[in-house]
Amino acid sequence: MATQTPVTEVLDLTVEKAPQRRWLEVLHDWVTTVDHKKIGLMYIGYALFFLVVAGFEALLMRVQLAVPNNHFVSPQVFNRLFTMHGTTMVFFVGMPILFGFGNYLIPLMIGARDMAFPRLNAFSFWISAFGGLLLYFSYFGGSGLYGAGSAPDVGWFAYAPLTAQVFSPGHSTDYWTLSLLLTGIGTIGTSLNIVATAICMRCPGMKMSRLPLLVWLYLVTSCMVFVAVSPLTAAQIMLMLDRYLGSHFFDTQAGGSAVLWMHFFWIFGHPEVYILILPAFAFANEIIPVFSRKAIFGYPAMVAASVGIGFISLSVWAHHMFAVGMGPGANTFFVLATMAVSVPTGIKIFNWLATLWGGKIRFTVSMMFAVGFLFQFLIAGLTGIMLSVAPFDWQLTGSYFVVAHFHYVLVGAILFMLFSAFYYWYPKMSGRMLSETMGKWHFWLFLIGFHLTFDFMHVPGLLGMPRRIYTYEADRGWMIWNMVVSSGAIFQTIATLLFVYNMVWSYFKGEVAGADPWDAWTLEWSTTSPPATYNFAKIPSVASRRPLWDLKHPEDPDSHYETTEKPGGEERP
Amino acid sequence: MIEAAVIPNSPNEGWELPSRGVVGMVCLIAAEASIFIIFVVAYVFYIGKSVSGPTPKDVLTLPVFTTICLLSSSLTVHAAVSALRQSKRNLCSLWLAATVLLGGIFLAGTGREWYELIYHDGLTIQTNLFGTTFYSLVGLHATHVIVGLIMLMLALVFSLNGAMTHEHSEKLEVLSLYWHFVDAVWVVVFLVVYVLGR
Repeated sequence: MATQTPVTEVLDLTVEKAPQRRWLEVLHDWVTTVDHKKIGLMYIGYALFFLVVAGFEALLMRVQLAVPNNHFVSPQVFNRLFTMHGTTMVFFVGMPILFGFGNYLIPLMIGARDMAFPRLNAFSFWISAFGGLLLYFSYFGGSGLYGAGSAPDVGWFAYAPLTAQVFSPGHSTDYWTLSLLLTGIGTIGTSLNIVATAICMRCPGMKMSRLPLLVWLYLVTSCMVFVAVSPLTAAQIMLMLDRYLGSHFFDTQAGGSAVLWMHFFWIFGHPEVYILILPAFAFANEIIPVFSRKAIFGYPAMVAASVGIGFISLSVWAHHMFAVGMGPGANTFFVLATMAVSVPTGIKIFNWLATLWGGKIRFTVSMMFAVGFLFQFLIAGLTGIMLSVAPFDWQLTGSYFVVAHFHYVLVGAILFMLFSAFYYWYPKMSGRMLSETMGKWHFWLFLIGFHLTFDFMHVPGLLGMPRRIYTYEADRGWMIWNMVVSSGAIFQTIATLLFVYNMVWSYFKGEVAGADPWDAWTLEWSTTSPPATYNFAKIPSVASRRPLWDLKHPEDPDSHYETTEKPGGEERP
Repeated sequence: MIEAAVIPNSPNEGWELPSRGVVGMVCLIAAEASIFIIFVVAYVFYIGKSVSGPTPKDVLTLPVFTTICLLSSSLTVHAAVSALRQSKRNLCSLWLAATVLLGGIFLAGTGREWYELIYHDGLTIQTNLFGTTFYSLVGLHATHVIVGLIMLMLALVFSLNGAMTHEHSEKLEVLSLYWHFVDAVWVVVFLVVYVLGR
């Protein structure tokens, strides 16, 4: 064991004067920053803003569908709502919020002072942010100001030839294309940065075999971004050429293929789901062990399963296209590939259960959301396996059953784990604890709302209700189900507003957190809350996967048990 | 009073990590390669599916000379990096200038080919599926050549005025990786467009 450096050498104890600063200086500070923590917080704030916007769009749709023959919004507005809701949630909520947490946590967890390319980091954020603004600018600029504007209405996967100039006149589809193109550039920039940071910026002793699982999973996610988001960029370039220069990529009258767009879109679209869920797994990998008071079960298996998911998920895209008629060979391949992806996912669920098993579980709000995630993710995975069976999919493709399935993943798994991450890392980011009382209300209200909405949404799907219809007749038998689904949305709205209120209230009045409120084990908890601009006054040096455990328990350090390298064997740095 | 935990700060000797420039460039190449793969797939998928002429057989000729120029520029840029590593700055400038020249010849060749196609054969991006996929794939590659040439010319200027020295050899190597990638993509484009598709 190394000798401990006295506290005074590690901490910068000079008291920082905090003079009253003008708001313009503060703004200048945030706009020009290259600090990974500030950029991370901007990502999160930006995503939360769009979460509220896109959530409001969902609420409008649920009001419209609550009762049959409703005329709350017009069909045109409804088309714009589901397009904007889907696009915003995937590109301007899901991606930025995950990158926000990644940006904030990865350098802290690996003992680095910043990302590998700080300026690229700022560039990626601002170009993504511009993309989001461009998408919403279409409300004003879509048909020009004199045409009173119109948002894109082609659906979030924008199937050809609906996107052709003839069927989508005006500029709304162009805004959609351009905003996705720009966000794609930002996404690739950030992913590149994450990979370079995780590989090249680790503190001494942080071998790949000691990397926190969160960083490992972000590494896998980022590698997937290169091969999954780039095809979308390419497809968007083709669509732009079609719309502006009159080329014929997706022009069926000149021999072009509409199915090609489907392939290109879903080559992006399906891995994208895993790009979104892997960071949620990453949070679970950090949070579940800490609140079970045990080291994660099966670290190497978790890494291997994540890499496995990364690879298999690249070969499942056409299960979105069973109804197109690809022939038995292709159908069989994609059925089997889709089923195979549940194997590494199952490994992960069993490892989390094994981590919980025999642990001294502490049911903080963060842990409650994590446990909710475990069960709901399992159910979402099971309906996924149902849909992976091609004949079953033929019946239900494009129905509310599919909508219920993927919302179970996106809300029941990803959003629950995100809430868990907020309760876990908010003290580090702000220096204050989130109120546990309000948090428990938030959890139970959201849980009830979630199950009311998305459990019962499967039923109208099974009864044949297609997605994307703006209203329905009273005698279809879907009435009561839609009423229940819409009432659940109200619970979720209240819970989310409570969460936002909790964040604001706790920032000013919350209990002071201290450096390490959860008695956790990874390096971010060794800094002050919130951490100084330079993160670590001295670069730390680690000897195991849980450096803070070693520090707190010098008599029984982890490094004692993790010496898996054979003497004289090869050691990977 | 202790607000933060203290991590033991033992010196870990021999702690060396890969260069972040190289790792970053490899990631960028992976992303760019995926974009090219999609365009190549579109090209191959639409071979022979045009509903009207002209066809590739009618109008395309093998660009042998410009291909040789572009591929040999990979060797010259490699020589430039080696020269800078050995602090031979004049030699480095010379090799960089040769690289820019060879890349310029390639670009001029593409420009000439496009001029012929547009004004003599009447093939534009709007004509048929061949025009659509040909101009977009070759144009995407030419765009990458232009970006590479701009960066190489900057490196040449810095080399000539003495701003680029031995310690920048890793940065020049990162740039050379990009240039090798552009050349490798051309091998694929050449095979798909001029050999397989004709």
